[in-house]
Amino acid sequence: MIKVEGLTKFYGDFPAIQDLTFNAKRGEILGFLGPNAAGKTTTMRILAGYMPPSSGSVRIAGFDVLEESLEVRRRIGYLPETVPLYPEMSIWEYLEYMGSLRKVDNLDKRIDAVIDEVNLGDRERSYIGNLSKGLRQRVGLAQALIHQPEVLILDEPTIGLDPAQIIEVRELIQGLGQERTILLSTHILTEAQQICDRVIIINKGRMVAEDTPENLQSQIAGATKIIVRASSETRELVELIETMPQKMDVIAGDSEGEVMISAAPGLDIRPLLARKILDAGLDLLELRTTGISLEEIFLQLTQSEDKDEGEE
Amino acid sequence: MRTVFIIAKREFRLFFVSPAAYSVSVMIFLILGGIFFINIYFGLRGGQIAPDGRMVISPLVTILLFATPAITMRLLADEQRMGTIELLLTSPVRIWELVVGKWLGATGFMMLILGVTWIYPIIIHRMTNPGIDQGVLIAAYLGLVFMISAMLAIGTFISSLFNNPIPAFFITLTLMLFLWIIGGLGSGSGTASEIASNLSFVAHYYDNLYRGVIDLGDLVYYMSLTIISLFLGTQVLESRRWR
Ligand SMILES: Nc1ncnc2c1ncn2[C@@H]1O[C@H](COP(=O)(O)OP(=O)(O)O)[C@@H](O)[C@H]1O
Ligand SMILES: [Mg+2]
Repeated sequence: MIKVEGLTKFYGDFPAIQDLTFNAKRGEILGFLGPNAAGKTTTMRILAGYMPPSSGSVRIAGFDVLEESLEVRRRIGYLPETVPLYPEMSIWEYLEYMGSLRKVDNLDKRIDAVIDEVNLGDRERSYIGNLSKGLRQRVGLAQALIHQPEVLILDEPTIGLDPAQIIEVRELIQGLGQERTILLSTHILTEAQQICDRVIIINKGRMVAEDTPENLQSQIAGATKIIVRASSETRELVELIETMPQKMDVIAGDSEGEVMISAAPGLDIRPLLARKILDAGLDLLELRTTGISLEEIFLQLTQSEDKDEGEE
Repeated sequence: MRTVFIIAKREFRLFFVSPAAYSVSVMIFLILGGIFFINIYFGLRGGQIAPDGRMVISPLVTILLFATPAITMRLLADEQRMGTIELLLTSPVRIWELVVGKWLGATGFMMLILGVTWIYPIIIHRMTNPGIDQGVLIAAYLGLVFMISAMLAIGTFISSLFNNPIPAFFITLTLMLFLWIIGGLGSGSGTASEIASNLSFVAHYYDNLYRGVIDLGDLVYYMSLTIISLFLGTQVLESRRWR
């Protein structure tokens, strides 16, 4: 249903996402999990046809998102991250407007049905400007569902809601997922685990992992962090290791000459590391592994998220 | 094409709850009404009212220079500010349909206001004998229709450039004043002033249409301005997606 290949987007010369490749089947709820600034919104926007990628391709329901943009847009429902609504319209007027732009047949009936579906029954004449955040989110969802799309793209649908509202919206989405393909982005691990059939983890614009929540848990739990100490300055050592072709994250360790490396699971890079360091004429003082849990990874992810928010 | 009308309809209705649009209409009717009644008052005292239905038109044109930016400033800037453009452009709406729909909605609203100002010539017509020259009046109003359409299209285009209505207002106003003043430069002779008067917004109006002369060239001028502006607005929105 959704087929993404080599998707890359540059803002100026800053790569927001790089080489994303993934698929989603009919009826699947696919989670797009990553910290703030990972590239989630960028990906969602490209998939929804709002902006073109720098390179790579997206096919939705068999149509190319660039070449057959209108066909794609007819088939998707999209809930952007900050739900765009017109405050001066009532819920009913808004849905009527969005529905008529999408040329929905029997629009009045559809509006009734969709208002029911998202539990807005008693509020349909309320002005959107007066609604709480939770209710607005539901109006946003109603808008995305009005034309009964085959594919739903939801960008952080629970962000900014209070815990009770979050539970409601999650249950709503789970109910929707039985009939259509849903791509949902989130920075909350438990949300992805709870709602999604499959999860893609992205960080800094790159895919880090892709699996079912259950497999991911066990797989990442087995992944290791490697600690290396050599007779060198930390900075030099980091630079040296970063020249290796394998994908890994290298950060400075606690003492001078020490670095911590997280590599992709499944590949033991310790022999390669040892050779690299010795070849560079350095003495290898220490090389050991420590376990890392899914929670630990996400602690890191949320920490970098907090930092980003502080900078804004 | 249906999409254009759906967008235009929403925009048109929105003007009836928009403070800017209310201010503009109240301003237009207060000023025009004032000018009109002063004219009638002195006309009656002098014992004669000129049988000319256009006494409110030139103040109206002046007001329009200031009113147009207020009407068009938020058309596309607000959609970009609120992010609603993201939903419009991810639904099966083409960018030109959005731009033309917005412009059409604003034009519809201003035509309504223009229609109401027709009251003044009707009153004059009743008060004078043998009445006013309807041909001249119709040409003058036809000219206004074309001129207003072009002004609103320019405003729509400028609005596409911004995420905020305020700069859109000032840039549109500046452009309107420029296109107006440039006509003053056209009063001399020589190529430069000829070009100036050809570009001028008001020269095309006052030289012919206002006098009751319907010249195809003038209509083509306003129509070209309209089409070019709407085209540019479409291009701007298109290019902003690629960033
Ligand atoms: N319009 C833009 N122009 C420039 N940089 C952008 C733009 N939108 C997003 N970015 C940058 O791209 C990166 C990914 O952003 P985004 O896709 O919004 O991430 P997420 O939704 O995962 O938080 C961030 O570093 C962000 O600052
Ligand atoms: Mg985001």
